[in-house]
Amino acid sequence: MKLIAAMSGGVDSAVAAARAVEAGHEVIGVHLALSSNPKKYRSGARGCCTIEDSHDARRAADVIGIPFYIWDMAAEFHEEVVENFLAEYADGRTPNPCLRCNEKIKFAAVLDRAKGLGFDGVVTGHYAQMFETELGRTMHRAVDPAKDQSYVLAVLNTEQLAGAHFPLGDTVKDEVRIEAKRRGLYVANKPDSHDICFVPSGDNAGWLRDRLGSDVGPIVDSDGKQLGEHKGAYTYTIGQRRGLGITVPAAGGEPRYVLKIEPKTNTVVVGGHEALAVSKIVGDKPIWCGPAPVTNTEHRGFAQVRAHGTPLACTYSQDGVEISVALDEPLFGLAAGQGLVIFDGDRVVGSATVARTQ
Amino acid sequence: MTIYLDHAATAPINDAAIDALNTQMRKLGNPSSTHNSGRSVRKDVEDARHKLAQLLGANPSEIIFTGSGTEADNLAIKGFFWQFPERNVIVTSAFEHHAILDPVEWLVAHEGAEEIRLPITKFGTIDLEFLAKVVKERGAEIALISVMHSNNEIGSLQPISEVVRIAGEIPVHTDAVQSFSKVEFNFAELGVSAASISAHKVGGPHGIAALILKHGLDLTPILHGGGQEREIRSGTLNAPAIVAFTAAAEYAIANRDHNFKKVRELRDYFISELRQTLPDVVINSALDPALPGIVNASFPGTESDALLLLLDGEGVSASAGSACNAGVPRPSHVLLALGLSESQAYSSLRLSIGISNTKKEIDQVITVMPSVVERARNAFVVSELV
Repeated sequence: MKLIAAMSGGVDSAVAAARAVEAGHEVIGVHLALSSNPKKYRSGARGCCTIEDSHDARRAADVIGIPFYIWDMAAEFHEEVVENFLAEYADGRTPNPCLRCNEKIKFAAVLDRAKGLGFDGVVTGHYAQMFETELGRTMHRAVDPAKDQSYVLAVLNTEQLAGAHFPLGDTVKDEVRIEAKRRGLYVANKPDSHDICFVPSGDNAGWLRDRLGSDVGPIVDSDGKQLGEHKGAYTYTIGQRRGLGITVPAAGGEPRYVLKIEPKTNTVVVGGHEALAVSKIVGDKPIWCGPAPVTNTEHRGFAQVRAHGTPLACTYSQDGVEISVALDEPLFGLAAGQGLVIFDGDRVVGSATVARTQ
Repeated sequence: MTIYLDHAATAPINDAAIDALNTQMRKLGNPSSTHNSGRSVRKDVEDARHKLAQLLGANPSEIIFTGSGTEADNLAIKGFFWQFPERNVIVTSAFEHHAILDPVEWLVAHEGAEEIRLPITKFGTIDLEFLAKVVKERGAEIALISVMHSNNEIGSLQPISEVVRIAGEIPVHTDAVQSFSKVEFNFAELGVSAASISAHKVGGPHGIAALILKHGLDLTPILHGGGQEREIRSGTLNAPAIVAFTAAAEYAIANRDHNFKKVRELRDYFISELRQTLPDVVINSALDPALPGIVNASFPGTESDALLLLLDGEGVSASAGSACNAGVPRPSHVLLALGLSESQAYSSLRLSIGISNTKKEIDQVITVMPSVVERARNAFVVSELV
C-alpha cells in the first residue's frame, strides 16, 4: 500500500513509520504544522508542534530513508480544535481536544488529502490494534495498558478506520524505545508528550482564563446559597476539591466538590461527594468504530469517560441519535463534553459526547 | 531515476571544480601564514582571485570572499548602511531574495532604517519611474539601493545600468548570484558599487561566495577577527573552495554562449509542451531578457506542496516559492509582487533547467505532468471541503 506516515517528531510515530516501511508499504513521512507561529506552541521536549519537533521528524524520516514533507494544517487545526475547545468551555462543557484532533485533522483533513494524492491511508504512532474479524475491520485496545490510546481514537468511523494504520498496538512502550535505538532513531529517548499541545505553559486554567475571561462569580451550594467567590468559572473542573477557597464549613464537615459549572450565570455549584455520583449517562453524536449495535436493544459492555480512565461495566443502548448508558456501579464526577467510549471487551464499539448525566 | 529541474537552487558541481578541490585540499597551509607552506597556498588563492577578477571584469582587490551569497548580501546591506550614519533609507525591490529583504527588515527593526521597496511591473522588472521619483525626493537620505541582477524565481533580468544612472552618487548593490556565468556580467561596465556572487550556482562548491566591492569604497564589517579580506571580512580563507570557485566559473563562462542557447531551447520546448498538455497552465516566468532556464508556472486548482510531493514521487526535483523556517510552504513573495493572487502563487512551481538536462528528460516530465496535476487537484478539492 501507499501510506502517509504522520510524524510528530516523537519516538512513536518514527518507529511506526519505520515498521510500515519494513512491512513493505510505500511510505512518505509528513509532519503537520499545526501552528502558524510554531514558537507559540509547546517547546521541544514536551510537545509535538515546534520547529525542533519538525526537525526531529525530518531527521527520523532521513534515517528511515523515506521522503518527508511538512503539511500546513494550522488553519484547520485552529478552527476545528482550538476554537472548538474554547467554544465547548464557554458552554460549560469539558472537551478532549485530542479526540477532536484525531476526528477532524489526523484522520480527516490528512487522510482525505492523502487519498486525493493517491495514497491508501495514514499510519501513526498511536497505541491501538486493528484486526480483521467477522465484524470487519475492528479497533482494539493496545497490549500496553499504560499507553493504550483506543479511547482517543474512538471518534473514527469505519471509513476513517479503513485508512488508519497503527503499527505499535502490539508492543509495549519500553520495547518501542529499544527498537528506536536499534534503528538509529535518535528520538529514542525523547520524553513523551503530555497535556494539550497548544497550551504552551501547561497551565490550562490560565490559558482559558486569558481567552474566556476571569470574571469573579459566586460559588453556591445545591440550594443556591452563596458560599464564596471564584476567579473565573472556566478554570474549574467537575469533581475538583482543592482550591475552592470556601471558608464556610459544610454542615457535616465533609469536603465539598465542584458539581456543576454554569457559564451563563458564571456560577460554580459545589456539594458533597455523593452528589457527584453518576449512574446514567446519555451521549450524543455517536460514532461507530464498526457495525452499529442493534438499535433500541440493551447490550452489555464497558464505558470509559477519560483517556486513561477505568472501564466501567455497563448496559447500553442506542437509538440512532443518542447512546444511553446504565453503569453497574456509579462513577464520581463527569462533565458534559467529555468523550464517552463504549468497549466490548477490548474492542472499541464506538463513542459519543457526554450530553447529560443522572 | 531523478530528473533534476532545480538548477536555480543549486547546480551540479563541474569536473573542473572537483579536480581543483581535490588538488587543493591536499595542500597544507593557512594562506595568511608567512612561512613557505602558507605562501604556497596564498599564491593559489591569489591566482584564483586574479582569474576570477578577469572573469568578472573587476580588479582582484575588489573581490571579498565570503562563506555564502547570504553573507555577501548581508555584508553589502549592513556594511553600506552603517557607513552612512546620516542616511537611513535603504531602497530594494519587492522581489529580492530573502538574503536582501531580511537584513533590511532587521535594520528597520533594530537600527532605525527605513525601507523603500520598488514595485514590480507586469513585465517582471523593477519600476524605474518609481525609483527615479524616490531618488529625486529622498536621494540625500538613501544609504544604498540594492536590486537583483536577475530574479531567481521568474528569471527576468533587471535594468541595473539604468538603476546606476538614476542613482547617481548613491551606492548601488546588485545580487548577481543567479546571473553570474549564465548571462553577460561585467562589474566595471555595469558601474555598480557592489555585487554578490556564489560558487554553487555556477558549478562550484557550496560554502564559498564573494562580494565584489568597488575599489575605494569601504564597508563596516559584520564579522570581526583576523581581517583577512581587506579588513572587511574576517575568517581563514577557504583556499580549496576559492580555487574551485574560479575553476567552475572559468569552465561555465568558457561555455556560456553554448549553454545559454541549449538551456533556452530546452526551456522554450518545455513551455510549449506544457501548454499543449495542460492548456490552463499559466506561465509566470519572463522570456526575454531573462535567465535561460527558469520556468515558473501556475497550475490552477492545485497547491504547490502537493505538486512537489507528487513530482518527487515521480523522480522529478522541482521547487516552489519559499518555506518558513519550520518548512511550512508560503506563497512566493516574488509572484505576489508580480500581482498574482495568493491562491495563484500557492499553485505555482519553479522548474529550473540546466545544461545537464536533456530533451528526453523534459519529455518524461511532460508525460507525468497530467497525472500529477490531476492528483494534486483531487487533494486540493477535498482539503477545501474539510
